[in-house]
Amino acid sequence: MEKKNKLLIVDDEEIVRQSLKAWFLEDGYEIDIAEDAEAALRLYEKNKYDLILLDIKMPGMSGMDLLIKLKEFDPDAIIILITAYASVSSAVKALKNGAYDYITKPIDPDELSHVVKNALNQKNLKDENIQLKTSIDEIIKPENLIGDSPKMKEVYSLIHTVSQTDTTVLILGDSGTGKELVAKAIHLNSKRKYFPLVTVNCGALPESILESELFGHEKGAFTGAHYKRKGKFEMANGGTIFLDEIGTISHKVQIELLRVIETKEFMRVGGSETIKSDFRVIAATNENLQNLVNSGQFREDLYYRLNVFNIQLPPLRERGDDVILLADYFLNKFSSAMNKKISSFDEEAIKFMQDYYWPGNVRELENAIERAVVVCHKDKITLDDLPFKVIKNVKEEEPLTERSLEAIEKKHIEKILSENNWNISKSAEELQIDRVTLYNKIKKYGLRKNN
Amino acid sequence: MTPVILAPINIDNHFLLDEIIPELEYISKIKFIIKPLNIDISKAFSEERGQYHSTIILKLMLENLNEENSKVVGIVKNDLFIPVLTYVFGEAQLDGKCSLVSLFRLHEEFYSGNSDKNLLKQRTIKEILHELGHNFGLIHCKDWECVMHSSSSIEEVDIKGIKYCKSCIQIINKKLKS
Ligand SMILES: [Zn+2]
Ligand SMILES: [Zn+2]
Repeated sequence: MEKKNKLLIVDDEEIVRQSLKAWFLEDGYEIDIAEDAEAALRLYEKNKYDLILLDIKMPGMSGMDLLIKLKEFDPDAIIILITAYASVSSAVKALKNGAYDYITKPIDPDELSHVVKNALNQKNLKDENIQLKTSIDEIIKPENLIGDSPKMKEVYSLIHTVSQTDTTVLILGDSGTGKELVAKAIHLNSKRKYFPLVTVNCGALPESILESELFGHEKGAFTGAHYKRKGKFEMANGGTIFLDEIGTISHKVQIELLRVIETKEFMRVGGSETIKSDFRVIAATNENLQNLVNSGQFREDLYYRLNVFNIQLPPLRERGDDVILLADYFLNKFSSAMNKKISSFDEEAIKFMQDYYWPGNVRELENAIERAVVVCHKDKITLDDLPFKVIKNVKEEEPLTERSLEAIEKKHIEKILSENNWNISKSAEELQIDRVTLYNKIKKYGLRKNN
Repeated sequence: MTPVILAPINIDNHFLLDEIIPELEYISKIKFIIKPLNIDISKAFSEERGQYHSTIILKLMLENLNEENSKVVGIVKNDLFIPVLTYVFGEAQLDGKCSLVSLFRLHEEFYSGNSDKNLLKQRTIKEILHELGHNFGLIHCKDWECVMHSSSSIEEVDIKGIKYCKSCIQIINKKLKS
């Protein structure tokens, strides 16, 4: 159990004290309030506070004098001053007198929450004298990062090593292998764990939006920008930014990324103020970045920036019995979500899962089991419940002889279509594309149903 | 189990709430019903700020409700504040009966000018579950994937998770059983 932080709020206005108290109680802090400097001093003599919020303008002894007095008692006291716009200059003076920071009234809740959290985090980290994990067994894993296979143990060991540092990490692996889970594990085991892990799916956003997503925008930066918006790099301050599908970003964004990773500084779109942010970068891709560099699609300098430490995630078929551990996990998850009493798999289903090629990796397994739980009406999942039609062909998955993406796409579409007996809706669903796209591809590759 | 009441306050058209109920129930495993509440909230309006004082609306809700045991999440279109703060997304009675969520700052139009219905739904779900969590006595959670993480800006609403984490849901379940 973590210890509760204790705050003292000093303000002469009753409604302000009550509002702030209610607001901070939701953070789980212990709160004392005082209506003037004298009352604050009386409380201070009897209690220890982790942080004091102090209105600068009060009748009687001013907040400033109280600040000086408190700092005499305890030079380490963290004191944040609340001031009206008019007295910013006196707030600056307060900083010289040892205040941790000051905020102006009316207070932006975002600012208040950050100033207070940052101050307390700093203090708590110092108090905890944070012990980083000393052995691999101790690393915290996201609940669904599962597996005991030698290849995964190697991955855990790398996570353990790199999470103690601030090094940039590049996670490589086929789609569906769980790269985002590795990013999360690194974050959770680092000293940045109390700050956010901000994920950007670079592939999902068009370039025009990606820029303002990453760097934010100022009010009025473009039509409809009614309000300033912080970007992902700014949100990741103190924490980690996870750039997924990094291989898909345009040249222009590559240049900007390189700059922000090197300088940790950027401007919001339409802005002129330089914003600093302290973030750690984790990137991931299922593409061969080296090839993209060779063909000129990915900047070499950015590649080297990102590829300081890399973690390669194995495909599911190389993870031995992990497939069964994962299957059990997903079975448990979906059967309890759907309120079904399905306890296990029958032998045939297990054998199948062990032998199957799993081109879509863990994600494919998850989807397969979700569907199986939906259709299963017994207490065990059987082979028939698993969503694979031409099971016989599956084991003898022939190695791919073609090299070009197009040839492989053609072959794959052909296979899915024949497995589904050319049912277009079903095939499109399995291929995760819409029907129009599938029709276009059938036309493009001249595919035909041969009875 | 008594369902949680979603109470659109002075909102005629609550199709948004109808649409999110299945997801709310799926995530929380709690039953929700909609029961519109028409009350005069002009007392809570501040001329000076052009916003409504959320604590006063919470009081008005309490005075106008007769359901005995259920939690009630009020939903308003209006912009909310508490004194000293420039705005709040909502407010809840910690370990209490009522909470309040404002849709005003959850609309994407407010920020970028583009309407985004799906985003509005996600944000509304998060804020309802969050304030409701406070009603069940939950305080803010350290886990960014948990809907009980504090979020004082829209960016934080967007990056935090939409579900309760394991330990938060446990606390809720315990409360529901007792
Ligand atoms: Zn809250
Ligand atoms: Zn939680």
